[in-house]
Amino acid sequence: MSDARTEILARVRARRPASAPPVPRDYRRDVPGIDVVEVLVDRLADYKAGVHRASAVSLADVLGGLLTASSTVVVPPGLPASWIPGPVLRDSPGAPVPVAALDAPGVTVVTGVAVAIAVTGTLILDAAPDQGRRVLSLVPDHHVCVVWMDQICGGVPAALGRLTDPARPLTLISGPSATSDIELNRVEGVHGPRRLDVVIATR
Amino acid sequence: MNGTGNIVALKPFPDAARLELDDAQLRANLRRATHTIRDKRLRVVGEVDDWEALRRAGAAIKDDVLARLPELLEQFEASVTRAGAVVHWARDADEACEIVTRLVQETAAREVVKVKSMATQEIGLNEALEAVGIEATETDLAELIVQLADDTPSHILVPAIHYNRSQIRDIFRSRMPGAAADLTDDPPALAEAARKHLRAKFLSATVGVSGANFAIADTGTLVVVESEGNGRMCLTLPQTLISVVGIEKILPTFAELEVFLQLLPRSSTGERMNPYTSMWTGVTPGDGPQATHVVLIDNGRTATLGDEVGRQALRCIRCSACLNVCPVYERVGGHAYGSVYPGPIGAILSPQMTGEGANKTLPYASSLCGACFDACPVRIDIPQVLVHLRQKGPKPPAERAAFRSLAWIMRDRRRYAAALRAARRGSAPLRGFGRLRRLPWPASAWTDSRDVPLPPKQTFREWWAKR
Ligand code: SF4
Repeated sequence: MSDARTEILARVRARRPASAPPVPRDYRRDVPGIDVVEVLVDRLADYKAGVHRASAVSLADVLGGLLTASSTVVVPPGLPASWIPGPVLRDSPGAPVPVAALDAPGVTVVTGVAVAIAVTGTLILDAAPDQGRRVLSLVPDHHVCVVWMDQICGGVPAALGRLTDPARPLTLISGPSATSDIELNRVEGVHGPRRLDVVIATR
Repeated sequence: MNGTGNIVALKPFPDAARLELDDAQLRANLRRATHTIRDKRLRVVGEVDDWEALRRAGAAIKDDVLARLPELLEQFEASVTRAGAVVHWARDADEACEIVTRLVQETAAREVVKVKSMATQEIGLNEALEAVGIEATETDLAELIVQLADDTPSHILVPAIHYNRSQIRDIFRSRMPGAAADLTDDPPALAEAARKHLRAKFLSATVGVSGANFAIADTGTLVVVESEGNGRMCLTLPQTLISVVGIEKILPTFAELEVFLQLLPRSSTGERMNPYTSMWTGVTPGDGPQATHVVLIDNGRTATLGDEVGRQALRCIRCSACLNVCPVYERVGGHAYGSVYPGPIGAILSPQMTGEGANKTLPYASSLCGACFDACPVRIDIPQVLVHLRQKGPKPPAERAAFRSLAWIMRDRRRYAAALRAARRGSAPLRGFGRLRRLPWPASAWTDSRDVPLPPKQTFREWWAKR
């Protein structure tokens, strides 16, 4: 008997359809006529995320206001130091923050974002230096994410097209973690961060 | 080469359905749940102007994948291998379970954490791991409920749809280690109890097991779509990650996700986007599992591929929209289909994958109303395939009679009541944890291998009549 790989591929070859018609691509690549910032704000609020506005100048103040109750502020390796004036625990390849420390009560992580999608209220993190390892935005109880206005796309096709390298670990986040498994009641905050705050900033 | 595992119904659909029809609680829960999701879905689909264009593209991309499947599988294998993963191939459920079991044993782990995955349910992985003393913990809340209750899922997307909040509280109190004795049935309290229970497991687990919603040929990327963050935990924290993926999950390029990430969340949970989607490509140094495996499974998919009409079932992205609109599913629930794939899609997928057995009655488990086709994001013409399978399959008189008796039971409410009273009398001495271990003959052939929900002590109609 041949090995599984050979056998499966032979069976697929013998049974597949001879050809398929071309793929119709008449769906929309962008979402015309919307204010992407307003739509993103609306969607995030719908998911029960906190939404805040800032400018490059006021960013540190706005972030500071969101971090007053945090026991520890964790940041990825490349998050600009000027964003957070107080003490931070900076994750780095040489000295990764242990998971147990991320899991401690009151920890907040602050990250940037790669791209945001307005119509679905989605943040896409691609592990770039201002976003860091996937675990950073997963284990802490509170995630604060800074989105620059020019990072906001209208819909899904435009946003995926903006990613520079799809082979990086990608996380799409649409609101805090949630379950609807009990009589379909939406309960926010299961295993991911229970609080998500998004700061939309102008450069 | 037919598929094996939890897709082979042990009992013809009408017989199984008759038992499930007797459960008034189940029917009430199902009705409420399917209608709620159905309405949400309609609302968010209505927001998308180009929905029909997306459906047509989704169907055509999947058909293109089936036509180029050998080349795309080889391309995926090459890409993901280059990215640091190890690829394995399995012809059927047993072979897939053997591979995963061996991989887990090589890590010396005694425990694995699992992301909800249809493929691992299909191959019966939990049972296989348990047989060699490896504990597999389901981490999706609904899967956890079902696992703690020693039950099987009844819906693709919300597997515990047949339990209400007080039943879930009772299951947690009696079966979940560390659950408070005074745990309430408030959904946030129940979710919090599950969070605490699973947190320790996530932080200590060394092996994660997942499926994948999509496998991208050009990049070698796997995609998991989820809500709770349990998926992210399993995909990120363990050192080793093993993903079991059906060969039809392939997409040619990363860009095709622009279609499917629009179609899937709106069709399944009725959300604009599900809370979390994870994508990973082999191994990323310093981030997530440092050993990743992909087990590509056939298990009846190539058998399905050979049928010109029936192969469209392989487009399925497991959104479960067809379940929520199906009048037959709404009445009988997922268990009656005897396969991990219930509802309209199960009725065409399970018999094709398994080739024979009691599954032959499944193509009769439909009223051919067409609602499933309208709901399907990849335009699978389920009624067409049902009719085709009915014509193709052997039609022994017993099956025809069985289908008639299903219709007969569904038509008349008094017959539900009579059947229910009979079932309850028969089960009086068997009451334990709210499940029946064994039914009286002739249903015993079914309960020899699985439990069924206990009929309630009093039906709503009986209660109402007494007032
Ligand atoms: S057949 Fe269509 S509607 Fe049903 S689960 Fe599959 S993709 Fe969804």
